[in-house]
Order: sequence, then C-alpha cells, then structure tokens
Amino acid sequence: MSQTRTIVIECLRFHPETDEAPYYQSYEVPFTEEMSVLEGLQYIKDHLDGTLTFRWSCRMAICGSCGCMVNDEPVLSCQTFLRDYHPARIRVEPLAHFPILRDLAIDQTDFLAKLESVHPYLIPSTGDDPGDQPRHQTPDQVQDYLGYAQCINCLLCYAACPQYGLNDAFTGPAALALLHRYNADSRDAGKDQRMEVINAEEGVWGCTLVGECSEVCPKHVDPARAINQNKIASTQDYFLRFLKPRGRR
Amino acid sequence: MKPRSHEPIFWSLFGGGGMLAALVGPILVLIIGLLVPIGLGFGPEAMNYEQMRGLLGHPMMGFGLAILIALFFFHAAHRILHTLHDLGVHASERLKLICYGSAAGGSALAVLVALVLVLRG
Repeated sequence: MSQTRTIVIECLRFHPETDEAPYYQSYEVPFTEEMSVLEGLQYIKDHLDGTLTFRWSCRMAICGSCGCMVNDEPVLSCQTFLRDYHPARIRVEPLAHFPILRDLAIDQTDFLAKLESVHPYLIPSTGDDPGDQPRHQTPDQVQDYLGYAQCINCLLCYAACPQYGLNDAFTGPAALALLHRYNADSRDAGKDQRMEVINAEEGVWGCTLVGECSEVCPKHVDPARAINQNKIASTQDYFLRFLKPRGRR
Repeated sequence: MKPRSHEPIFWSLFGGGGMLAALVGPILVLIIGLLVPIGLGFGPEAMNYEQMRGLLGHPMMGFGLAILIALFFFHAAHRILHTLHDLGVHASERLKLICYGSAAGGSALAVLVALVLVLRG
C-alpha cells in the first residue's frame, strides 16, 4: 500500500482582469508514491480551490498540454512526480517567456503563428500525384525525419530557450524542428518555400546553440540539432544562390 | 518577405576559426608553452630567432599563420558579440562594426606582417 504524505505546492496565481500582479498561493496536498505534479494540481482543483486554472488532457506525455515550470525547470507536470521533491515544497509556475492567460495557462498565440509560418505539412511537387497508391519510403528515408516528427508542441523548449526569452521574434526551437521535419521528408518538395524562414535573422540565426531545448524536450526531438543542420543549409544557400538560375534566389 | 541574414559570412568565419582553434591551438600550446621550454623532444635551438624567422619567410608558413590568426580573430569577435547579447548588450550596427572591424583590422595587420616577412625572405 502506498503511504500518504503531504507536500506543499506553491502555485503562481494570476487573473489579469482582477489581479494587478501575479502572486503565489500555497496548498498542502496529500500525495502517494505514484502521484504526479498534475495529479497534485487536480487534487487542489477538486478539493481545495476550484478557481485554480491549468491545462491538461492525456496524463501520459502525449498531448503536450500540461507543460509548466516546476522549481524553474520546464516540465510536463504529468511525468514529474511529487515524490522526487518531498519533503521540500515545490513551486509551480506557467511556462516562462509566454504571456499568462490565467494562473498556469499561457497564451500560445505567438507560437501558433510561428508554427504556421514554417508550412508544417507535406508539400508534394507538382506532377507528383500517386493517385490511390501509397507513397513508398525506405526505412532510411523514414529515419531522416521520424525523430523530429515526435514533437507534441508542448512548448517546454520555448520556456527553456534563453534566446527566445531575450527576443521573442526568434522563430524558436519547436517551429524550426518541425520545419526541418518536413524538409527532411523524401515526399516533400516545399524546401524553397521554407528557406525564407530559415535564412532570416529570426530564423536559424537567432539560435546560439545553447542546447537547452534538446535538454528539456520530453520526446527527445533534439531541436538544437535540427536548427544547426539548417545553419549549414542556410550558409550553402547564402553563398551558392548566385549559381542558381535567376528568379530562384 | 523577411530579409535574409548576413550571418552566414560571420558564422563561417567563426566556424572555421573554432575548428582550427580546436585542432591547432592545443598542439601549439603544447609545443611552444611546454615541450620547447622544458627541452622535451626539441633541442635548445628549436625556437631561436633565426630558426623562426626563416620559417615565417616561407610563403606557406607566413600566410598560413596569418590566415590562422585572422580566423581566430573572427572567431573571437563573433563569440564576444553573441556573449554580449546574452549579457543584455544587444548587437547594434555600431557594436558589430567594433567587433568585426577589430577582427578585420587584426587580420589585415597579420597579412601585412606576413607579406613583409615573406618578401624579405
């Protein structure tokens, strides 16, 4: 039988319409060995304070909804366990670098616009219509993009990225990793459309290879690698564009 | 359309300098800073003036060293610029000019010195 212990969860609270500034509120939460931080928050909402607002859905690190800062580290609260912090208290805050909508829920608008800007879908070449037939890929071709396709848009990488924190014009880790995911796919022919995003100052050149994005990624996507592979692509494009036919520069 | 960044020029110089620093730097430190002074594997005359002067008079050595120094300069300039950004001093046109200008000046000087040494033989 799991023994019940008690931990103090300190939550950042902020209701933009009524509060002047964010503040912290502490709750004493009974927990068992297998309880996650998310379950701790759910306990608060169900038994202690129904006004606490946070996002969650799958409880199993698939949906990417429950990202938050736990003791200043961006984590998915569903795969972070209260037992690892007890007997110390934990501090739960909304993901860093994003505006707060309410309590732990952040405004994702900026990321969604950036995601859209990288054309995150397969763009087949014209005249390449397989009809009813499937498109075949070799295992090697699948491996080229599979790792980058694991992104669940949880935004932990944006909360971890000091460059995004300094300048939010930076396209950022997840959007650039997804850009690379489609560029690396043998079925895609949309590279030229995505090159403008890569080549911009706010594209791959906003990154200084701190690497925290890859450290915190719960799906091991390795955005830092994707971005730095595209620094090479952008450099080639910069110098070799003069060899391309006019109109494609 | 978003304007294209000119970072590839400076990133290439930075990358080239970084790679050479990693490859050549430790060997130079080992030879010049340790092995020659303690006389391990090198005679006492290994780095005397005539020996070194003769070496740098050869175009391959003179200009090779100048290019190495130039890339080191650009590597340092790029790193300083980006570290300043991390510390809250953001890259203005003036700051870029100071960083990359110093690197370009140092590089020009290195090439000039190499040219003089090589021409004099």
